[in-house]
Amino acid sequence: MLSPEELNVLLLSLKVSFWATACSLPIGMGAAWILARYDFPGKILVDGLVHLPLVLPPVVVGYLLLVTLNPNGSIGRMLSQVGIEIGFTWIGASVAAAIMAFPLMVRAMRLAFEMIDQRLELAARTLGASPLRMLLYISFPLAMPGIVTGTILAFARCLGEFGATITFVSNIPGETRTLPLAVYTLTQTPEGEAAAFRLVIISVLIALIALAISEVITRQAKARLGDQK
Amino acid sequence: MISLSLRKQLKNSLLNISFSSEETGITALYGRSGAGKTSLANMISGLLKPDEGFIRIENQLIFCSQKAIDLKPENRGIGYVFQEARLFPHMTVKDNLLFGTRFKRLESRPLSITEVVEVLGLTNLLDRRPDSLSGGEAQRIQLGRAILSHPKILVMDEPLSSLDQTRKQEILPLIERLRDEFNIPILYITHSMEEIIRLADRLLIIEDGSIAADGTVEELTGRLDLRPLTGRYEAGSVINSEVLEHDRHYGLTKLKFVGGILHVPLIDVEKKTQLRIRIRARDVSLSSTLPEKTSELNVFRGKVIEIAQPTQQNAAHADTLIDIGVPIWVRVTRLSIERLSLRPGIEIYASIKGTSVDRQSLAARKGIKAL
Repeated sequence: MLSPEELNVLLLSLKVSFWATACSLPIGMGAAWILARYDFPGKILVDGLVHLPLVLPPVVVGYLLLVTLNPNGSIGRMLSQVGIEIGFTWIGASVAAAIMAFPLMVRAMRLAFEMIDQRLELAARTLGASPLRMLLYISFPLAMPGIVTGTILAFARCLGEFGATITFVSNIPGETRTLPLAVYTLTQTPEGEAAAFRLVIISVLIALIALAISEVITRQAKARLGDQK
Repeated sequence: MISLSLRKQLKNSLLNISFSSEETGITALYGRSGAGKTSLANMISGLLKPDEGFIRIENQLIFCSQKAIDLKPENRGIGYVFQEARLFPHMTVKDNLLFGTRFKRLESRPLSITEVVEVLGLTNLLDRRPDSLSGGEAQRIQLGRAILSHPKILVMDEPLSSLDQTRKQEILPLIERLRDEFNIPILYITHSMEEIIRLADRLLIIEDGSIAADGTVEELTGRLDLRPLTGRYEAGSVINSEVLEHDRHYGLTKLKFVGGILHVPLIDVEKKTQLRIRIRARDVSLSSTLPEKTSELNVFRGKVIEIAQPTQQNAAHADTLIDIGVPIWVRVTRLSIERLSLRPGIEIYASIKGTSVDRQSLAARKGIKAL
């Protein structure tokens, strides 16, 4: 059904998106929690920084990544000393995707944390739960629909990442050529349109599956939380 | 059990409260809405930090500004029963009940879960989810959840005020059973005199941010100077009594109290049961001689203690406090006061209508002596 090249592109895309989402999940939850619950000097700045990738042209984000994380820069060299090659590798593609998807993830989770009835959290404290246990047993379960939505949104955004990726890690077959980059490449090739169309269909299918999964999980979580109006 | 002295500047008022309570049983904290009652409960449980002072529970300082002690809520061992049930919506009733037992390492579990579930009548609710419960059921579960966390003291912040009258009547006896069977001291915060009369042994009145009065319920409800504070409910007197005998033929119960024997319509409780009864001021009438032929069964000889100045000029009534062994309030017209030339010290006969015992305050009491 799928040609080896198509399968390659698809698996690479899933790998890049999976790691981008998985690694940004704890950071995103932490950032969302802090932004939802704490007031501190410079909060507006942090909030702005988190949201920057949402409003900047993706190419600009890619360029900034290229400047700060390039293999010959100080950060790039430090990373390669511990065995992490970012420049022009799939890891770099993941970094680009993660940063582009981060604001979407944080926004959804922050909203969910803000919606939690804090009186329930206080009740849990008086019943003997430490702050960490309160998070694990009360806050996170209550925010679960939002956490799931944020994760799926971020994953979908990673799959669709184009501008920052191509600017930061280029368009290398088998390494950084994800689905959108492959579609773009094919449309630039004479007589590549049929192949491009096949990839487009795959993209649509993945998107639909992701949405369906998100819907199912959210519904289950909501059912467990009871029918809260 | 608990002693504290706290200062806290709230948005609109200064809270400056000190009291200590050694006894088990229910200590009621009464005050108008906005008197800072909930803030006090929050400070005791660690949800709000006082500006200065100390809180001691069973000889342990859980807060002391001088020694920089400020235990976290989870380490204070205080069971907090909130006004609204605050059940965790993502857990079953059973998981809600057990929540407070999950994190505590206790050598012994003095309370068995089955016992609490049974006393509170929760057996059929265990697998339900909070969103399918009525307000009364939810509040019962909250009570159980708080008790099962094995607190040293229970702080209840107006636990009945969000319920309708029927539900209140359903929960009140349960709080009495908690008091009697589990032997946990309870600090009961409320603005309902009715609940206090039914439940409490000791009463603290908060006014203008500090304790205005402190004493037994019987004492404080009879005090004239506290009428502006306690008088939000219908004027009446609270007396303790004991069931002497039943006269089933005439459908009467005889209650023994300090002033003599009171006849009331049959109450279906065992002999010797301790009852706290409330006599409404308007159900008592006075006469200067012993009424010879009267329909009243309950006539007591007494002395006028005090006549309250009516708050309004030209008011028809003035409440009079008389001593028939215990102080009771009588509502008489000012005209009658003049005709009977009532003044403090004068001897008088008080007739109490047998039907005037307030059924809602017929709380069965343990350990309270009528004589």
